[in-house]
Amino acid sequence: MSAVSAVFRKKKRAKPNHSAAGNFLNMLLLVVMGAFMVVPLVLSISNSLKPLEELFVFPPRLLVRNPTGKNYHDVFVLMSESWVPFSRYIFNTVFITLTGTLGHLIIASMCAYALAKHKFPGRNLIFGIIVTALMFSGQVTAIPNYLIMSKIGWLDHYVAIVVPALAKPLGLFLMKQFMEQIPDTLLEAARIDGASEVHTFFRIAMPQVKSAWLTLIIFSFQDLWNAQGANYIYSEELKTLPYALSQIAAGGISRAGATAAVTVIMMIVPIVIFVVSQSNIIETMASSGIKE
Amino acid sequence: MEKGLVHVLRADLARRRKATIKQMKKSKISFLFIAPYCIIFTVFYLVPVVTSIGLSFTYYNVLESPRFIGWQNYINLFFADDVFLTAVKNTFLFAVVTGPVGYFMALIIAWMINEIKKPVLRAIMTLVFYAPTISGQAYFIWKFIFSSDSYGFANGWLMKLGATYSPILWFEDAKYIQPILIVVVLWMSMGTGFLSFIAGLQNVDRSLYEAGYMDGIKNRFQELWYITLPSMKPQLMFGAVMTITSSFAIHDQLAALAGFPSVGYAAHTVVSHLVDYGTIRFEMGYASAIATLLFMVMILCNKLVQFLLRKVGQ
Repeated sequence: MSAVSAVFRKKKRAKPNHSAAGNFLNMLLLVVMGAFMVVPLVLSISNSLKPLEELFVFPPRLLVRNPTGKNYHDVFVLMSESWVPFSRYIFNTVFITLTGTLGHLIIASMCAYALAKHKFPGRNLIFGIIVTALMFSGQVTAIPNYLIMSKIGWLDHYVAIVVPALAKPLGLFLMKQFMEQIPDTLLEAARIDGASEVHTFFRIAMPQVKSAWLTLIIFSFQDLWNAQGANYIYSEELKTLPYALSQIAAGGISRAGATAAVTVIMMIVPIVIFVVSQSNIIETMASSGIKE
Repeated sequence: MEKGLVHVLRADLARRRKATIKQMKKSKISFLFIAPYCIIFTVFYLVPVVTSIGLSFTYYNVLESPRFIGWQNYINLFFADDVFLTAVKNTFLFAVVTGPVGYFMALIIAWMINEIKKPVLRAIMTLVFYAPTISGQAYFIWKFIFSSDSYGFANGWLMKLGATYSPILWFEDAKYIQPILIVVVLWMSMGTGFLSFIAGLQNVDRSLYEAGYMDGIKNRFQELWYITLPSMKPQLMFGAVMTITSSFAIHDQLAALAGFPSVGYAAHTVVSHLVDYGTIRFEMGYASAIATLLFMVMILCNKLVQFLLRKVGQ
């Protein structure tokens, strides 16, 4: 695809020191542990398809006997009875996820490009701070963030969720590490041809790092797709899908089927995106290392 | 003589200043590129951390302006707040499980996956182990598995097998809460580091292995310790940073399953305590002290890991 990905195309050779028995044992162990990982997810999906009488049987069954779409139907019925139409919650989350992810991709890539390919004073310091910031968990910054949001009057707006997500340190970090691998000669050639720095960035550098795009997109997507934003958003019509769905889950036993359906709706989207972009993500993560 | 020296120094200084200004002008475009990110980053990541440290020395209830009280918050945390000490103990427990245990599990599983020869199988296995981490609130299913009636998986089967005659109240009994939560936390602990390990393992220079065989590497374990791990140190470091962050930040899953506050504070972590004081009691100064401590401990752990990683392959 590009000069960068060529680096990763390496042939796997048979390893002389690996016995067949070892390989078999390895696979066996993986399957057993994999079952532990997968069973709860399978159970979620199976539960979401179970009719009410199957959800409450003794002994409980892992797999559904007579699958039904009723639980999914229930979610929509339940939500259409709510004060704010269900489509609004979907719109909110989709809007937040799309703008946040796209903005993050552009802003973080621009900064990553300058940090990786420009020589200017202070760049090591800036990058050092951002690496440290990988450790700022949301809870540590939540309180001051709330105070800042209220000072600048962003409470109860989409921007309160979207804008901080634009500067997620993880995305910048991965993008910068990956961009280091773009050959300098490629950029020099463009500059000699008279391309402006902006042009070089969008037309030369960015197409080289498409797999890093996907990685940034999936991490940002995961965060925003699951963002409840309950700290900043009060108006019901601005609340997000995960928030609305957690309200269904709070319905307890009588909503068991609908809750299962909701869980599946929420988990299926990130998983599908991961499946589609897996090879690109792994390629990006190869350069994720922190060097001392 | 001395005058000459001063003159030379002054000229040198002027030249340097000119060079810096020239450099700055040349860097203008670079600064424009980093500006949008850096401004947002400063406002929503850096300023909050600094503010948090500042507020931790005050009494602040949002209504009145902050009042400086020195180290009082920290003193109260350690000497007057039993729940905090419980929270520290619990956080330590969960952090050890997701931290070191989860980290090595992720590394070992990534390595085992890498030993598979077929790329398709590798991809499927990667998905299988990573899926719980990305599937949002899928941990709700554990509430069903360990529900306190006989329709839950755990109870249903225990009763069917005759191990118990009445359903066990899993999340209402402090004795069961922690073991169950540890299972759940491990289930979700693969994390971003896992992907980094998978990628790192795939990209170890093959010629190193050949050299290793010449030097008498006998089995896959020696290969792992002497060749593979040393050449993926940067990924190990990245994985460690991500693990430290997520293992100290554990709260959401626990609160969703065991309730908040949980029975006997069995699932109360430092972050739970922070959420309690920050968003329920509005004692922002006190909550900031908790946040600051948490942050400091994370940095310390990070340094410790850096130190330990130097020993890999020796």
